[in-house]
Amino acid sequence: MSNHSEDHGHHIIPVKTYVGVLIGLLIGTFLTVWVAQYHFGEWNMVVAMAIATAKASLVLLFFMHLKYDNMMNRVIFGSGFLFLLLLAGFSFMDILTRFKIIGQF
Amino acid sequence: MSTVKSAESHHQHHFATIEQQYDSSKQGIWLFLVTEILMFGGLFVAYSIYHSLYPEVFKHGSEMLDKVMGTTNTAVLIFSSFTMALGIHYVQTDKLKHAAISMGITIVCACIFLVVKYFEYSHKFHDGLLPGKYFTNEELANIPNAALFFGFYFMMTGLHGVHVFAGACMIGWCMVKALRGNVSSGYYTPVEGVGLFWHIVDLIWIYLFPLFYLVG
Repeated sequence: MSNHSEDHGHHIIPVKTYVGVLIGLLIGTFLTVWVAQYHFGEWNMVVAMAIATAKASLVLLFFMHLKYDNMMNRVIFGSGFLFLLLLAGFSFMDILTRFKIIGQF
Repeated sequence: MSTVKSAESHHQHHFATIEQQYDSSKQGIWLFLVTEILMFGGLFVAYSIYHSLYPEVFKHGSEMLDKVMGTTNTAVLIFSSFTMALGIHYVQTDKLKHAAISMGITIVCACIFLVVKYFEYSHKFHDGLLPGKYFTNEELANIPNAALFFGFYFMMTGLHGVHVFAGACMIGWCMVKALRGNVSSGYYTPVEGVGLFWHIVDLIWIYLFPLFYLVG
């Protein structure tokens, strides 16, 4: 009944890779919490986001199979993220260039 | 054996080959995932703007959240992503019993996540840590606009929680398919689609966790 499975030629990720990704994700979580106890001011959030992005990449590439998928799906996901950057970029440009007008000229 | 649908029987007439059908289905799921990212993304951008404008509100609000519960939920969701990936793997390799068990464990993890969430939420209700005019907490009384943090907290984690619940239901649907032998190495599209959704839910939480629990 699975006589068509050979035609697919789909890449099946081995369980060992999944285990490796799981360990990587758990290490990343531990790192995030560990760094959070130290005070680096603004850098705390930068480090936390960097680790989060690394974890997200692991999930995307392996759990979600994007590393072995066709280019179109990667482009689709990337474009969504790009539009999000646009939203963030323009919104911040607006907010951060607003000044309170106090008093008179 | 004959009660199990063969891969070809899933081939619908408007697709040239079953391969093209599979690729189209997957592409459709990715397009949907982009809408999810944009939806949560809008909330994340709003969070970022207000966090940059009112850092005190977010620092003190974050201190009222239970880091242990947050970290536990993060680990639970990451593990559930792993078990879901396993579930898909086992369907792809015709180990349907293993697949059903993996998916079952994923659902259990989702339930654990939601139970922990319930305890977190009820604790906030008890302490008056609520959005807007419902904010009655004593500890943060001297922080102006402290309720802003909890508006974001409930909106974003709440919307995420709804996705966890919906995802769990869909995984249950896939688990039934696996138990009935309606999926196999020749046809596993629904399992993969639901899996992709579940990973996005995990992905969103990976960002939610540091932004709410680890500020300051």
